[in-house]
Amino acid sequence: MAGTSPCASCKLLRRRCTKDCIFAPYFPSDDPHKFVIVHKVFGASNVSKMLQELPAHQRADAVSSLVYEANARMRDPVYGCVGAISYLQNQVSELQMQLAVVQAEILCTQMQHEPMVPTPQQIMDDPDDQKSYFLQNNNLGQYLSFPSSSNVIHDSLQRENIFGHDMVS
Amino acid sequence: MISNNPTRCAACRFLRRRCPQDCVLAPYFPSSNPERFACVHKIFGAGNITKMLEQLPVHLREAAADSMFYEASLRVEDPVYGCVRIISQLQHHILEAQSEILKTNGQIASYIAQQQLQQQQQNVVDGASYQQDMQISEYLGVGSDVQTLANDSYFHP
Repeated sequence: MAGTSPCASCKLLRRRCTKDCIFAPYFPSDDPHKFVIVHKVFGASNVSKMLQELPAHQRADAVSSLVYEANARMRDPVYGCVGAISYLQNQVSELQMQLAVVQAEILCTQMQHEPMVPTPQQIMDDPDDQKSYFLQNNNLGQYLSFPSSSNVIHDSLQRENIFGHDMVS
Repeated sequence: MISNNPTRCAACRFLRRRCPQDCVLAPYFPSSNPERFACVHKIFGAGNITKMLEQLPVHLREAAADSMFYEASLRVEDPVYGCVRIISQLQHHILEAQSEILKTNGQIASYIAQQQLQQQQQNVVDGASYQQDMQISEYLGVGSDVQTLANDSYFHP
């Protein structure tokens, strides 16, 4: 094609870049390094075969992943992408452990946060009951007159029920 | 004269060539597993595999061959993304876990702050009740210990 420069692959392979060159859309001439890497690891004919087997709308993603893999293999000739996978899997395991620790911590904090015995402030549902509460607190002796303390226990358990703790069996 | 391997390796069998004694691929692509070489050859090509292995010291070649087979099989399974899909998923899991840890740490900090606030409020209430008790004692003109004895005698004649 007159006036059109060959794509990076055809330039490297020293061939004529035709109108329907399969590489041209994905390996523009302004980025020759991209094709050099892919060609070095996978080979031009393998890449061409792989792209031909894919529908056109998936080829761009395929090229991106091939370039990624090729770069990884160049950086690490022994493990390539597998090295990255192994590293990331270790990170995931570590983070999962950290998450488990933090979740256990929040359970402990929640248990500490929920009071077992309601505070006097919580007993005062109605501001008008302040007087009765005052009287109760200053006439605690009336509870001591009962033969057993079972009513005291019952009362405290009933107060627990107000707050949703079902301690009365 | 280079002698040949009595049994050709999977690579030489696939490529229909003689398998020399010093065949680079033979140790890693035994004839017992022809699919392994077929898979790697489909993605990388025999020439590239040989070049890549030759550039590595011998003690690292087995690991390299294994990782190439792993990558090739993932690419055969997923021709668009290959092993990059797994990398992407792992990165996503990492972000999720980090976010969850941050969120949980935030919740812990919030609970602790609430606890501290409740404790402060409780201290104020206790302080106020104490002051009321003291005022009553002063009004009655008795100390708290004398009041207790008085109560006892009232309820226990």
